[in-house]
Amino acid sequence: MMLITCPWCGPRAHVEFTYGGDATVARPAAPDAVTAEAWLDHVYLRDNPRGPHDEWWQHTSGCRSWIKVRRDTWTHRVHGSGPPEANLGGDEHR
Amino acid sequence: MNRQTHRTERGGRIDRSAPLAFTFDGVRYEGYRGDTLASALLANGVRLAGRSFKYHRPRGIFAAGGEEPNALVRIGEGARAEPNIKATQVELYDGLTARSQNRWPSLELDVGELGNVASWLLPAGFYYKTFMWPGSWWRFYEHFIRKAAGLGRAPVEPDPDHYDRRYAFCDVLVVGGGPAGLMAALTAARSGARVIIADDAPALGDSLLASTASIDGGDPMGFVSRIGEELASCPNLRVLGRTTAFGYYDDNMIVAVERRADHVPAPPAHCPRQRTWWIRAREVVLATGAIERPLPFEDNDLPGVMLASAARTYALRYGVRLAGRAVVFTNNDSAYEAIEPVLDAGTDVIAVVDAREGGPGGDALALLQRFEIELIPGSVVMRAIGRTVEGVEVRSLSSDGASVGDASRRMPCDFVFVSGGWSPTVHLFSQSRGRLRFDEERAAFVPEEGAPRERGGRERSAGAARGLVRLSECLADGIAAGADAARAAGFEAEAEPPCPAVQEWEDCAPVRALWAVPLPSWRHGKRFVDLQNDVTVADIELAVREGYTSVEHLKRYTTLGMGTDQGRTSNVNGLAVLAATLGAGIPAVGTTTFRPPYSPVALGAVAGREVGIDQTPIRRTPMHDWHAARGASFVTVGPWMRAQCYPHPGESMMDAINREARQVRRSAGIVDVSTLGKIEVRGRDAGEFLHRVYINRIRNLRVGRCRYAFMLREDGFVLDDGTVTRIRDDEYYLTTGTGHAAVVMAHLERYAQIVWPDLDVHLTSVTDQWAGAAVAGPRSRDLLAAACDGADVSDAALPFMGCKDATVAGAPVRIIRMTFSGERAFEVHCPADYGVHVWEALLAAGEPFDVMPYGTEALGVLRIEKGHVVPNELDGRTIPADFGFDRMEKDEDFIGRRSLERFRVGGRKRKTFAGLVSENGDAIPRGGHLVWNPTAPRPMRMFGHVTSSCYSPSLERHIALALIEDAADWKGRVLYAASPLTSSFVPVRITDHVFIDPENRRPKG
Repeated sequence: MMLITCPWCGPRAHVEFTYGGDATVARPAAPDAVTAEAWLDHVYLRDNPRGPHDEWWQHTSGCRSWIKVRRDTWTHRVHGSGPPEANLGGDEHR
Repeated sequence: MNRQTHRTERGGRIDRSAPLAFTFDGVRYEGYRGDTLASALLANGVRLAGRSFKYHRPRGIFAAGGEEPNALVRIGEGARAEPNIKATQVELYDGLTARSQNRWPSLELDVGELGNVASWLLPAGFYYKTFMWPGSWWRFYEHFIRKAAGLGRAPVEPDPDHYDRRYAFCDVLVVGGGPAGLMAALTAARSGARVIIADDAPALGDSLLASTASIDGGDPMGFVSRIGEELASCPNLRVLGRTTAFGYYDDNMIVAVERRADHVPAPPAHCPRQRTWWIRAREVVLATGAIERPLPFEDNDLPGVMLASAARTYALRYGVRLAGRAVVFTNNDSAYEAIEPVLDAGTDVIAVVDAREGGPGGDALALLQRFEIELIPGSVVMRAIGRTVEGVEVRSLSSDGASVGDASRRMPCDFVFVSGGWSPTVHLFSQSRGRLRFDEERAAFVPEEGAPRERGGRERSAGAARGLVRLSECLADGIAAGADAARAAGFEAEAEPPCPAVQEWEDCAPVRALWAVPLPSWRHGKRFVDLQNDVTVADIELAVREGYTSVEHLKRYTTLGMGTDQGRTSNVNGLAVLAATLGAGIPAVGTTTFRPPYSPVALGAVAGREVGIDQTPIRRTPMHDWHAARGASFVTVGPWMRAQCYPHPGESMMDAINREARQVRRSAGIVDVSTLGKIEVRGRDAGEFLHRVYINRIRNLRVGRCRYAFMLREDGFVLDDGTVTRIRDDEYYLTTGTGHAAVVMAHLERYAQIVWPDLDVHLTSVTDQWAGAAVAGPRSRDLLAAACDGADVSDAALPFMGCKDATVAGAPVRIIRMTFSGERAFEVHCPADYGVHVWEALLAAGEPFDVMPYGTEALGVLRIEKGHVVPNELDGRTIPADFGFDRMEKDEDFIGRRSLERFRVGGRKRKTFAGLVSENGDAIPRGGHLVWNPTAPRPMRMFGHVTSSCYSPSLERHIALALIEDAADWKGRVLYAASPLTSSFVPVRITDHVFIDPENRRPKG
């Protein structure tokens, strides 16, 4: 059972959290201004990388904060976590 | 009763003052406290313990611990019966009942033994080959094969016991209470670290309890007692006995099962039978010991063949006399340590067959000379003779180990004590993603140490678990591992315990790797590698010939290392035989993956307390007890219990529902809506935020007004419908569907925190803080006027979709005028603790109007009559336009708006909302599909489906709501609602989805 550090509550078992998907994609500020392809990409298409990856998690059974977690999808090692605006060292954001 | 004919006069760690009676296959025996079932059976001279998995061969007790592959028994009777338990791990208690398995009609006379004679029908992978033709016979074969093969039968009754789960945290977790584990725990505890030591036996000590060495000049058992006392006195250390760590998970989470009451007939009422421990440890010491390997020779499975370590344990620890003559067959020195104890216990050891040409080391040799026991070096036991062991055939082994000599010598004997060397118990280490290394010198897989690795936990192995054999080494290694773990956890070991002085054999010879005794080509006897699964050397060779050359494929094809045993005694021999057959090295072949659980875990222990009614939390409204007292029946909606209807005495449920629904349309009814999700949204930008969330305009919503609104997911599908009420400039009150509250809350939080963090918005779930009652019906306003302590609830003061604060019988309430039933209606929300008070006040005020409580069923009927949607319709595949709600969509961004574009550019035709009326008076099947002609050949085209259905007491007909392609064009036509599952095919006429008051006058009047 993974240990995730909530930036507000400290290290907690992952069962306190809910996974919220890929944190490297951001909702376009003006959805009408992007192409249909770009919107499709935003809504449906996600990479499935092996290795460190930024993910959204919500501390649902704790402080209810949405946090960003940099987790290795292969080793399950959590490399870092922070508030949503945190830069955890990944450069795969798009 | 049998009088323990095979018990020594004295000795052993059994309590001879506490005799215990038990039965095995209905025969009464006696044992002592401290016995295992296995040791007690042996003490009574029982040699036959079970029948083998595939060939039904008679099997005896082979081991003394958790590695036992043969003696699987069913313990207990009735609902408490548990199959496939190793007799070597069952603590004896008075009145224990045990049964052997996989035999019929009895253990002595087993019809299934024919399988042994006809074993040519059952080669490796036989179920893929032998019984395949003709194909239609498989059902016939399967019945008998399933019956013949296999282990014990599980009880069919519900488990009467309860189980528990505990979470624990520690700095150092030590798994294993043997020499290394004890020293590691003691060392770590002395550093001040919080330590947990988990040991699967009832008492600490493990191999020390059956050791011939002396420690600090005394008995090892005395040493164990001293260490145990010191551990017990450490406030920072917890000893978990009878606890098996079975899983090593991410970030040093180790899960163990503690058997609280398996050593008594039934757990006391207050005591869970078993308890799982979820232990989060900073550092882990794996002192899991080692398992002695067998030596596969012909008929090496006969009762009487036993691991040498088991023979030593039965003699030293249990005072069992294995009566008769024994031959020891070994490839290493450890087997010799069994000789003196079994001689003392009364076994006549006549010879030692040692595979090594040079024989054992000096100490073992001196022992043989002292007791005048014959040594036959450079030789092997070729074969065991008899039905149970009556003798052995011994031949010389060539120096390359590939063949045996021609000269054969027969020796009569009753036991063969075998030792093929030791395999470290590396299961937890492997689960922690540790790599194994084949150590040629020790002829064993040992943990690869020091290699940095990306995956896995923070653990270190100690003692026999990393391949050490000598007791002194194991003790010293335990101290080192305990100190290392404590340091890694941030503690400094201040007073490391001194390493005890051990007197043990010094002059030992190394092991000679021998994985299977060679078999001359003209002989066909079975050399069992895996005793539990009946896998022989020939099976492995056959699998290789058929192309199953990977160790993982071999496992699945032959079943080697499967079952409850998971290859404890067979893994290494099996893959070594595979390697030899392939002509490859053992490291190249590798091991199969070790996965949790290490040993079988009862499902009850996994479930813990979360069974039956406790499976999920149940939420009850503040008025729940009131409903229950009025005879309400309840229904589960999401996590909630809701009153379904309130049948009067003698009244059917259907009649109650119709009565309640009619009364709402006629006069007034009241329904508990406390289960609605309720969210408070505050902040400077609360309105702007909600404007972006809902498809509706929210910015222009005035204070004191309410709006029915939809929110979508980003893919355009409806997430939830609900209401938004503006309480103040910067405060809104949302309601969501009962089952959707948590999802909606998380959705809002996600957008507020991640997408639009610049907006000043604060979200609070207030579902539990507010109770709610909806008053509906033509007389609802009169009722409210009477209840509201004089507040003005006229159309002018409280128009449709208006909101105002008031009091009911002195309690503060928030009244929102909206309708679900289609009648004039008001939702009265109040602080949860006033729920019953307000509910009763409203009922009292409604007495002149014959107000009636109604439940979710009548509520459903009323909303279907009105054509309102619920999650039946909003099923995650529908968009607002399907219901005509696209008129609410504003021309500005909201969540999901951009995705709606794709539904406008064509593609598949969407189903839209319509009503159905039964043409023949039958109920319309829920979920039924709408077809043109139910007798048409299948597959037939389906035009839509029924989403909700009910009997309408107002229309006095069966009606339904549906989603239908081209619903507008089909209006007035008849289709069939088909439900082949219930064999109902009902003709239905398509109508508008609003059956009652299509002009919507009633709510506003």
